[in-house]
Amino acid sequence: MDLAFSGEYREFQNNVRAFVAANLPQDIREKVTRGLRLARDDHQRWQNILSAKGWIAPGWPTEYGGTGWSAVQRYIFDEECSRAGAPGVIPFGTKFVGPVIYTFGSDAQKSYYLPRILNNDDWWCQGYSEPGAGSDLASLQTWAVRDGDHYIVNGTKTWTTLAQWATKMFCLVRTGTEGKKQEGISFLLIDMAQPGIEIKPIVTFDGGREINMVHLTDVKVPVADRVGDENRGWTYAKFLLQHERTGTAGVGHSKAQIRRLKDIAAREKAGGRLLIDDPDFRARIAEVEIELQALEYTDLRYLMQVAAGNPPGAESSLLKLRGTEIQQRISELLMQAMGYYAQPWLPDALEYGWNEDPVGPADAAPLAAAYFNKRKTTIYGGTNEIQRNIIAKLVLGL
Amino acid sequence: MDFDLSEEQQLLKDSVERFVREEYPLEKRQKLTVSEDGFSRRNWATMAELGWLGATLPEEYGGIGGGPVEAMVLMEGIGRGLIVEPYFSTVILGGNLVLRAGDAARRHDILPKLAAGETMLAFAYVERQARYDLFDVETTAVRDGEGYVLTGAKGVVCHAASADWIVVSARTAGASRDRDGITLFLVPNNTPGLTRRDYPTVDGLRASELAFDRVRVGADAILGEVDNGLVLIEGVAEQAIAALAAEAVGCMDVLLASTNEYLKTRQQFGQPIGKFQVIQHRMADMFIACEESRSMSYVATMRLSDPDPELRAKTASAAKVQIGKSARFVGQQSVQLHGGMGMTDELNIGHYFKRLTMIDTMFGDQNHHLKQYAAFR
Ligand SMILES: Cc1cc2nc3c(=O)[nH]c(=O)nc-3n(C[C@H](O)[C@H](O)[C@H](O)COP(=O)(O)OP(=O)(O)OC[C@H]3O[C@@H](n4cnc5c(N)ncnc54)[C@H](O)[C@@H]3O)c2cc1C
Ligand SMILES: Cc1cc2nc3c(=O)[nH]c(=O)nc-3n(C[C@H](O)[C@H](O)[C@H](O)COP(=O)(O)OP(=O)(O)OC[C@H]3O[C@@H](n4cnc5c(N)ncnc54)[C@H](O)[C@@H]3O)c2cc1C
Repeated sequence: MDLAFSGEYREFQNNVRAFVAANLPQDIREKVTRGLRLARDDHQRWQNILSAKGWIAPGWPTEYGGTGWSAVQRYIFDEECSRAGAPGVIPFGTKFVGPVIYTFGSDAQKSYYLPRILNNDDWWCQGYSEPGAGSDLASLQTWAVRDGDHYIVNGTKTWTTLAQWATKMFCLVRTGTEGKKQEGISFLLIDMAQPGIEIKPIVTFDGGREINMVHLTDVKVPVADRVGDENRGWTYAKFLLQHERTGTAGVGHSKAQIRRLKDIAAREKAGGRLLIDDPDFRARIAEVEIELQALEYTDLRYLMQVAAGNPPGAESSLLKLRGTEIQQRISELLMQAMGYYAQPWLPDALEYGWNEDPVGPADAAPLAAAYFNKRKTTIYGGTNEIQRNIIAKLVLGL
Repeated sequence: MDFDLSEEQQLLKDSVERFVREEYPLEKRQKLTVSEDGFSRRNWATMAELGWLGATLPEEYGGIGGGPVEAMVLMEGIGRGLIVEPYFSTVILGGNLVLRAGDAARRHDILPKLAAGETMLAFAYVERQARYDLFDVETTAVRDGEGYVLTGAKGVVCHAASADWIVVSARTAGASRDRDGITLFLVPNNTPGLTRRDYPTVDGLRASELAFDRVRVGADAILGEVDNGLVLIEGVAEQAIAALAAEAVGCMDVLLASTNEYLKTRQQFGQPIGKFQVIQHRMADMFIACEESRSMSYVATMRLSDPDPELRAKTASAAKVQIGKSARFVGQQSVQLHGGMGMTDELNIGHYFKRLTMIDTMFGDQNHHLKQYAAFR
């Protein structure tokens, strides 16, 4: 046993660090570190930089344009990006649908869609959930009916993150009623620019505008845009969910947020001294920092298993579960650090370039909204209750 | 011991509940939060007519002679309706300060107008460096002939924009964290040298930053004894905490009822999600948190009239800790158990959760009060 990364990894880490430091645009870094709103173009610019370097899809096999990095290298890469204040790569193309396409897609799909993902030509969104199908995803009711070499799709998808920016949606649809409800589902790739698709924004209670309702009315989808076999979509969907749930521990992000928390606590006053010198507040930071360490080394243990060729199974649900709980806790402490100045609500202050005087501490404006927004993390990607069910059933055999 | 409401108190409770039912559906409330004042002057007049504004004032000022229990009943209803009218800042903070410390002339001038809905007040006590320490006051009031000159800044002053009068804590002696040397002043909102920056708050209310640039006030602006204002501030803070506890209970009651209802209707895996045992247990814990909060709200309210200052202070802190914890748990879990729906702006859940979160910051969060409580032996 040895806790240190080998010299080879340290060198890799230095390379990544130097690249990000030299190439991440200053305005984007500032937006991320100050918790300001990112525009589509900010993501596009950073993703283009990664794309040009060949680092946009580290997890893909080299033959499709991946990096060939080990799981540990990918971990280091994520951590270095978070550390430097880079925005996360929007996962729908690179992390979600990309692996489904190169694993289960046709040659035509591979050669058309994969390069477009790598070049950021397509922006994807995930059409899984429906008003009646959330945790119980297999009960979805969006129908795709065969009409020659097309499907005609009708139904409603909901909570669709960033559908307003997307050019494509990967979508689960019902194509059959035979057998168990998981058995009649197919996996379609749908062009968002065609008639019959209507996107309605859903405003979240933190003031966010990132999710949408997507209505599909007689939408024509070529049969050639079905991934894999008809009625076997559930298999691909589950494969994708597995990808979605690993890599969600967000350790690098949480570390960066803890640093931010300490910076803020070192500027704010409480009880006639700095907040960071308040033993109770320090203890609370310490507590979450220790929780994060426990998660980090669990994550690394699993990574080492992956590196050794034994990927963990449902255990990895704990990464999503604990990662999101820790993110929420840190966001709560950040808000609490502001005391009364968590109260002012200045949505304009979340825009880069807003140049009025802040109300209270300069860092205050986004923090309460960020705390409220973080409540979503234990809901999306399979709720934390569902993750616990998975551990209970698949790991513990209950 | 008796935890029951009197007949009059029950009538008051019924009147608030009827008002909330009829006048305060969420859509109406959301419209008010973006209106110019941030609340409805017509609602305010109705509240005066219904006797709410004077419910805790003696009859000689046009009130109906109630006390802490009436305030509790009203604040619980205000929580239930997520009411945005400035009852808390005007009646609980401003009104109680004038009642406690105003001379006869002040009381006869202000309180009847307050009861009639013709005057609004705000209390400016927060300073940025002070966080939750009420005695950490850097705003100064310097003697100038018969009057005083106020200089300094106050933050996050609840409903300052609509107030006719602002009660301000300022230092007339001593160093910035001394307990002695603080004096309260009653300042008209339009006094020259007083500037405001108004803004909405995350929970849909209004607040302001106030700057005092050599604001000249007469001797008649003094509220209570010179240099001895802290005891007044602390007294009103205890009333404020009891009131906020009641408001939080009102909010939690709604979250509990809405969530419970949702669990019975939302179907996943072919059954209502409330059939999953983990959800049942969570809901049972939320129920427990509400019940314990209700108890602490009652205790905080009833102890307000206890002659022992230490017991009063300890009780207020205990209530604030319990409320903070319960509100956090009930708020977070209500969102969680609603799944994606819980994140939407359209549903009431997020709005109650936001108000509960902000209640935690007011007059000291749970961390602050845990420390206050632990400091007593
Ligand atoms: C911000 C946000 C972004 C999202 N983005 C996307 C997206 O891009 N694409 C997409 O397809 N979906 C997206 N989702 C949807 C997300 O995956 C669902 O919200 C989630 O799966 C939960 O489903 P639901 O909202 O229907 O909640 P429900 O399934 O109704 O659950 C309600 C509550 O019941 C609990 N529960 C349900 N079943 C069980 C059980 N068997 N045992 C114990 N507890 C249970 C849940 O844990 C939850 O607490 C997003 C959601 C949010 C909030
Ligand atoms: C110190 C002591 C003194 C006692 N004295 C007496 C006595 O004087 N007279 C007497 O008659 N009995 C007595 N008892 C017995 C006591 O009432 C039982 O232990 C208790 O009812 C639990 O039953 P059990 O031990 O069979 O546990 P089980 O019923 O086997 O329960 C095991 C675990 O499963 C959980 N569980 C069971 N059913 C459910 C469910 N439906 N949902 C969720 N969780 C569930 C339980 O909560 C527990 O955690 C005593 C027990 C103790 C420990």
